[in-house]
Amino acid sequence: MSRSSDEIVYGLKRDYLEKISSGGNRIDGRKFDEYREIKITTNFVTRAEGSADVRLGNTRVLVGVKIEQGEPFPDTPNSGILTTNAELIPMASPTFESGPPNEDSIELARVVDRAIRESKMIDLDKLVITPGEKVWVVFIDIHVLDYDGNLIDASTIGAVSALLEAKVPASKVGQEDFQLPINHIPVMVTMAKIGSNIMVDPSLEEEEVATARISVATDENGDLVAMQKGLSGSFTVEEIFKAVDTSIEIGKDFRKRVFGR
Amino acid sequence: MSMVSNIKLIDENGLRIDGRKFNELRPIKIEVGVLNRADGSAYIEWGGNKIIVAVYGPREAFPKHTQNPSRAIVNARYNMAAFSVDERKRPGPDRRAIEISKIIGEALESAIFVEQYPRTSIDVYIEVLQADAGTRIAGLTAASVALADAGIPMKDMIVGCASGKVDGKIVLDLNKEEDNYGQADVPLAIIPRTQEVVLLQMDGNLTREEFEQAIEMSKKAALFISNLQKEALLAKYSRPEEKEEVKEEAEQENHGDDDHE
Repeated sequence: MSRSSDEIVYGLKRDYLEKISSGGNRIDGRKFDEYREIKITTNFVTRAEGSADVRLGNTRVLVGVKIEQGEPFPDTPNSGILTTNAELIPMASPTFESGPPNEDSIELARVVDRAIRESKMIDLDKLVITPGEKVWVVFIDIHVLDYDGNLIDASTIGAVSALLEAKVPASKVGQEDFQLPINHIPVMVTMAKIGSNIMVDPSLEEEEVATARISVATDENGDLVAMQKGLSGSFTVEEIFKAVDTSIEIGKDFRKRVFGR
Repeated sequence: MSMVSNIKLIDENGLRIDGRKFNELRPIKIEVGVLNRADGSAYIEWGGNKIIVAVYGPREAFPKHTQNPSRAIVNARYNMAAFSVDERKRPGPDRRAIEISKIIGEALESAIFVEQYPRTSIDVYIEVLQADAGTRIAGLTAASVALADAGIPMKDMIVGCASGKVDGKIVLDLNKEEDNYGQADVPLAIIPRTQEVVLLQMDGNLTREEFEQAIEMSKKAALFISNLQKEALLAKYSRPEEKEEVKEEAEQENHGDDDHE
């Protein structure tokens, strides 16, 4: 299809989604604050120290956690290390290309990382092997397998599930393996703006016509720990506050419902 | 936001480490048209930040497949000089710079009439020569001025300011120490005319109330900085007799807004 026919289809789609959203409807019949079905299979990859295969509607993301020994950063000699990477592999969408991480995959990884790091989910101080010399490095790798929108939430759910299952392979240094020490559980809620309406968990069709996006992560106290606005549209300040309230509200029972915690 | 320290960032008189009040900005100076080859340029000093911005375009987008037949693409490139920080930064874009470039480009695009220049690119080069916290917002603020200097039609000049939490208190415009040892950072950018939010990030830990406080404080400061942008442009483009009037007007406008003096 040529670029210009793409543009026409895009325009029609946008008009249609805006029109139905002004009547309070979404293309797949969901309510504005309703998530698609979430299915999680943990321990999908047994070679990894923790893993989770997450389906959020038709979006599918596989997250693996590897935990290896490494040197601490000079400014945090008594802390373990957390690092997050995301790959938008060409299998997941005709628009994804192979090659080094692009700005989309870097943003995805950094936003997921922010929620986990800033909520202080992992007790990094308990991941020291020899102070100042050797610590455990937690690698979170996000593999997007099937892209049908809202990679930020699917990946965060995957990363959190995989971390909750992960075991530190301490037997490699002559100790006993132990469960990765967890302090908090972040919940990320991403919303998209279509016309003047804001809806959670946008599908790909919705993402394609959305003008602006906002992701808000909260901890179990309902405090805000990470936020990212995306796309080239704008939100009013009132819309931002409303999005924050939506995230807090959804976060309330999300831990129990999704992670069983 | 992850470093721990015993440094006291707010003293018993409520003053910050650099002597500012909680809602006081660092000194800001903006200069327009500082480069010869670029189509537009600006230089900003904001506290210890020194940032120079060049704009090229609209010009034919290259490589060709990046062209959009219905609008211009906006390429922002945020780059830190190796010598801009305490410990030499390895040259070239890292993941942080790629993410910042993406969100700055999206924020600028929200104001530019991109549909007027199909198949072109508008390239915005932001070079951080000296960094002192708040570089993304300072760079974005200068970039808007450089775009105006290049004569690119915009709805308005995007402007921003960050707020954060330091020693449990919400403060405006974090400096380096506050950024390193504080508890939260919230960069915000708006379209001043409509006060819509075009860039928003957050990391750390904030209650809903603290977040609202931070946003309101940043918004107010951004509107003040918006006047500095206009003054900088008028200083370059107005005739001498107009310059006097502008100065008087600006003084009147800023009068009574003593929070930021």
